[in-house]
Amino acid sequence: MTAELILFLIVALTAIGAAVAMLMSRNTVYSALFLILNFLAVAVFYLILGAPFIALAQITVYAGAIMILFLFVIMMLGAERLKELDPVKWQRPAAIAITLALAAEGTYIVFSKLNPSYVVESFSGNLADPVSIGTLLFDKYALPFEVTSLILLAAVIGAVVLSKAEKKESEQ
Amino acid sequence: MSGIPLVYYLGLAVILFSLGAAGVLIRKNALVVFMSLELMFNSANLLFITFSNYYKALDGQILVIFVLATAAAEVAVGLALMVAIFRSKGSIDLDQMNKLKG
Repeated sequence: MTAELILFLIVALTAIGAAVAMLMSRNTVYSALFLILNFLAVAVFYLILGAPFIALAQITVYAGAIMILFLFVIMMLGAERLKELDPVKWQRPAAIAITLALAAEGTYIVFSKLNPSYVVESFSGNLADPVSIGTLLFDKYALPFEVTSLILLAAVIGAVVLSKAEKKESEQ
Repeated sequence: MSGIPLVYYLGLAVILFSLGAAGVLIRKNALVVFMSLELMFNSANLLFITFSNYYKALDGQILVIFVLATAAAEVAVGLALMVAIFRSKGSIDLDQMNKLKG
């Protein structure tokens, strides 16, 4: 086993373990913290795959901004110890069966249709310095970029309207 | 550096996506379901970056930036919705959101 493969296995196990722990933990705050661990592990993969800009965007936007928003809402609602009612009897086994089928199907397709000798290079130089990303973003992808800004604007307005309308109703 | 087989990364992405799907199907706390959605987004992003490296094309990384921005917008609206639902029902258990049930 090369050092590269060992690094891959360690980070992959961290990511999968954090995801499983997120699903299992009863306390929603722990779920959010495990999800942050998962995002950090995936950010390490981005670094290995030669995408340092995306790795840092992942850490600041996902692990930073979005998950802090989650934690903020969890603590505001006091939802960290939500009582889960009795599940429908067949729900859990059915969900696990469907998930296993999905995973088996995906793994089968990946490992049967692709040649295992295809190799992804690690630490392959500066494929993605911020200059080339910015050039591509504002040149070839200028229109999608503008559309994304519209989506963000709509989201901001939507969030404000959603929380404001409720306030008015409670005042009446 | 010899590199890591492409299928390992794809297998990891499949596993993470399945775990996210399991979370959506099993958990009833709407916030945890939301986090599972983020997990699925994340595995798709991992695929984009992997193929961006494999084909030595930057376009995959640009797409990840768009996914990040869209996910941020989705989380902002979703969490505002969840706060509104919690205010009106006092709970965010998905099984209790059955007002439309006849």
